[in-house]
Amino acid sequence: MKATVHVFLKPGVLDVQGKAVEQALHGLGWGGVSGVRVGRTLEFDLAARDRAAAESEVKAMCDKLLANTVIESYRVEVA
Amino acid sequence: MKAAVIVFPGSNCDRDCKVAIERSTGAHVDMVWHGDTELPDGLDLIVLPGGFSYGDYLRCGAMAALSPVMTEVRAAAERGVATVGICNGFQVLCEARMLPGALLRNERLKYVCKAVELEVTNAQTRFTAGYAGRRQVAMTVGNGEGNFFADEPTLDRLEGEGQVVFRYLDNPNGSARSIAGIVNAGGNVLGIMPHPDRAFEAELGSADGALLFQSALASA
Repeated sequence: MKATVHVFLKPGVLDVQGKAVEQALHGLGWGGVSGVRVGRTLEFDLAARDRAAAESEVKAMCDKLLANTVIESYRVEVA
Repeated sequence: MKAAVIVFPGSNCDRDCKVAIERSTGAHVDMVWHGDTELPDGLDLIVLPGGFSYGDYLRCGAMAALSPVMTEVRAAAERGVATVGICNGFQVLCEARMLPGALLRNERLKYVCKAVELEVTNAQTRFTAGYAGRRQVAMTVGNGEGNFFADEPTLDRLEGEGQVVFRYLDNPNGSARSIAGIVNAGGNVLGIMPHPDRAFEAELGSADGALLFQSALASA
């Protein structure tokens, strides 16, 4: 199975990178852009018996290593 | 007196820490590789040094926090051994959940490398007793991700319980409530972003870091 994990800073946590990218986009003339967040995507293959098992395994990986839940939230996709 | 400096791949202040501890306290200092599964016997102080452990891959300190030696560091800290994480070491302690909060990218996205004045917010800890009531000390910072973050209830608790040990007088990186250093609830684990290891004799611009190592070992 193919797992994709998206990790972003939580909404309440200031994303200075996102802010800088947003300002750059404004500078290029895209004044309508707001709320830019810069995150991280991880992709990997996973041997699992079914989708539910894969999902719960990937979530455990997120809590243990892939995300720091003090500051980040994550979204898991398994296909 | 016996201390250990943990060496992760990418640590770059490990030698500085060894020399700083030796010169300021006379303690014997062992270097311990991150892959080791035991620590030397009878340690009075463990230091996690600054640097870029594992190239800061994934998140600063995240991979180091899972190093084999960290199981032993955690166990020693739980037994009450004084443990100090400096800069990247502070990030490792947060990632290992041995200290609350996390270190974010600096507010202005710049790597900050300069001398800083710190307020000794709590002079009663085993790391600050040697300051003998001095309210202000000088060290230097060198970090790109030194912006301390914790949620509001955690920050309130840290302040209420006297766990905020050092504050910046002029916040260089956007740290919440200008926090530069905190201790755990037990008071024996310190995380500090500025470098006491770069301020251990007057020739370096400040000797205030020496007092931190002296205090930590005097309390052992």
